[in-house]
Amino acid sequence: MSAQNLTIVQAVRDGLYTEMNLDDEVLVMGEDVGKNGGVFRATEGLWDEFGDDRVIDTPLAESGIIGTAVGMAAMGLKPIPEIQFSGFMYPGFDQIVSHMSRFRTRTRGRYTLPMVLRAPYGGGIRAPESHSESKEMFYAHEAGLKVVIPSTPYDTKGLLISAIRDPDPVVFLEPKLIYRAFRGEVPEEDYTVPIGEAAVRREGTDVSVFTYGAMTRPTLEAVENLEEEGIDAEVVDLRSISPLDRETIVESFKKTGRAVVVHEAPKTGGLGGEITAIIQEEALLYQEAPVKRVAGYDVPYPLYALEDYYLPSVARVEDGIREAVNF
Amino acid sequence: MSVLQRDPQDQVRVLDEDGTVVGEVPDIDDETLVDMYRNMRLARHFDTRAVSLQRQGRMGTYPPLSGQEGAQIGSAIALEEDDWMVPSYREHGAALLRGLPLKQTLLYWMGHEKGNEMPEGVNLFPPAVPIASQIPHATGAGWSFKLRGEENKAVLCYFGDGATSEGDFHEGLNFAGVFDTPNVFFCNNNQWAISVPRERQTASETIAQKATAYGIDGVQVDGMDPLAVYAVTKAALEKARNPGEGEGRPTLIEAVQYRFGAHTTADDPTVYRDDEEVEKWKAKDPIPRLEAFLRETGRLDDEKVEEIEADIKQRVADAIEAAESDPRPEPSDMFDYAYDERTPEIQAQYEEFEALREKVGDEGFLRE
Repeated sequence: MSAQNLTIVQAVRDGLYTEMNLDDEVLVMGEDVGKNGGVFRATEGLWDEFGDDRVIDTPLAESGIIGTAVGMAAMGLKPIPEIQFSGFMYPGFDQIVSHMSRFRTRTRGRYTLPMVLRAPYGGGIRAPESHSESKEMFYAHEAGLKVVIPSTPYDTKGLLISAIRDPDPVVFLEPKLIYRAFRGEVPEEDYTVPIGEAAVRREGTDVSVFTYGAMTRPTLEAVENLEEEGIDAEVVDLRSISPLDRETIVESFKKTGRAVVVHEAPKTGGLGGEITAIIQEEALLYQEAPVKRVAGYDVPYPLYALEDYYLPSVARVEDGIREAVNF
Repeated sequence: MSVLQRDPQDQVRVLDEDGTVVGEVPDIDDETLVDMYRNMRLARHFDTRAVSLQRQGRMGTYPPLSGQEGAQIGSAIALEEDDWMVPSYREHGAALLRGLPLKQTLLYWMGHEKGNEMPEGVNLFPPAVPIASQIPHATGAGWSFKLRGEENKAVLCYFGDGATSEGDFHEGLNFAGVFDTPNVFFCNNNQWAISVPRERQTASETIAQKATAYGIDGVQVDGMDPLAVYAVTKAALEKARNPGEGEGRPTLIEAVQYRFGAHTTADDPTVYRDDEEVEKWKAKDPIPRLEAFLRETGRLDDEKVEEIEADIKQRVADAIEAAESDPRPEPSDMFDYAYDERTPEIQAQYEEFEALREKVGDEGFLRE
């Protein structure tokens, strides 16, 4: 197996390229995805390679993009609509919750939607208003969808290929803060990373830190810093937030008895609450401290002059971990 | 000149209100004409019975179609075998012609998901309840046929006058125009979106003229004249599959008509419209119009009408009997169709559900 050294956004592009080569039914559609190669270059070169019928520049219309993809997928194509920024998914929200998530159920499996809805998401890139929010829980709350958020180049390609091959619709959210933050080895061939399986990024015995997406990096940094204080933390990168890997969460927690959840989405109604509930249900008697949630605040996402105060920072994560450990 | 190439405000008509021929009768064989009549009568009778089932508490909320049989049957009968239909939620008659058994339509409105499980070979999407949201699906389905080079397939999509105010109408038609997809967008303009009249939806003089802005053909037809509806739909479907030199594939058809009854059994139309208006439109009832034409031209007589009446009564009675005797769906269905395979969480929830059901019985859940 030959490998390349790619960034996350290059791994997205490589995943699309790899799967489009293997399966003629796969096509990419969205605003500026064709000739321009996507505003983040996630579809760079695909238009030259696969042409107008498989890399489609659409009108500027999110509901139209998602809605026509629903129709294509119901007829057996495997469309991958891209929404340029997750902050612009809302005009297509009705298509997502009324149709994408419901088609299999409403037809008892006669029509299914093998489609992947991709969007860059999350904050930290000094972007204008409506370009930085983390609304992944909207989609995680929607039964019938799967929601995937990678944090490494390797996982990005493997999860994207899994998502494309999945018979059900997948919302694939790409943490744009780390689109180009680092490189990692990515095989040139096709391979899959299973949806619904978390990865333990660092093993530890004192406290379990659950996170995903762009927050994986400050979390790992915080944990390394805390080694000096004698804190041995385990870091679990969830990778999929729906379905959630309960088993790995519970197993890790039973080992440490303490948990911190880190995400940039607002605290209330965030995944932290869900993980807390899982711990209550499955491992109450192992619990030695309240679950600490290090999350975005329950306020509208600020313009970027303040975004560093909003997003969990290394220091905030460290503080949260200390609180859980020293309870 | 094609029936589609005309001023959108110039309404296509074949029969006047008395069934007298005032336009060009489409080329359609005797058997199909009588079949059209039979299915319109069937749709009307089904509708009457369905409303009555709802009133008796034997079915949930139901959207009636009476008055719209000419548009539904006249258009659906123009479909070829490989074509697809994307309905809203009122096209029980059109869906029947596409192959959906009446029993399944009843089951859907009785709250059984099974009603939407299209039999293999029935080229029909499930009803779409959120207004206009099915229009982009129709465009996408048509687009998929074009991308795959399946030139023998067109998609007929239904929606109402209210839907034309929605964003999805704009996005669906705009995509169809841009990508030249094999679509026929069929607007059942029945004058009322629940209580809001057609004039409150748009200041456009006609809905058909909106096609111009999408660069596609638009045509207005008397939606209570089944022969006119057939003629324009047939022409539009043919053009979608096989456009002539310089022609675009998509067409917007505005079928001007009236719903005689309520929007659904949950509303009372006497609150928002007067009897005089209803009577005016009832004079355009598509069924006596077609019947007069068929009798006048010797295709129908008392004996045939009696045979048809007996046949449709039997078919509706059989469908009701079959739907009502269908067992309640298994609760496990809820858990089985969310995804291809149950997720671990869904499996755990299912096991918890079944364990409790074992303990408290179905009576622990059901409200009767």
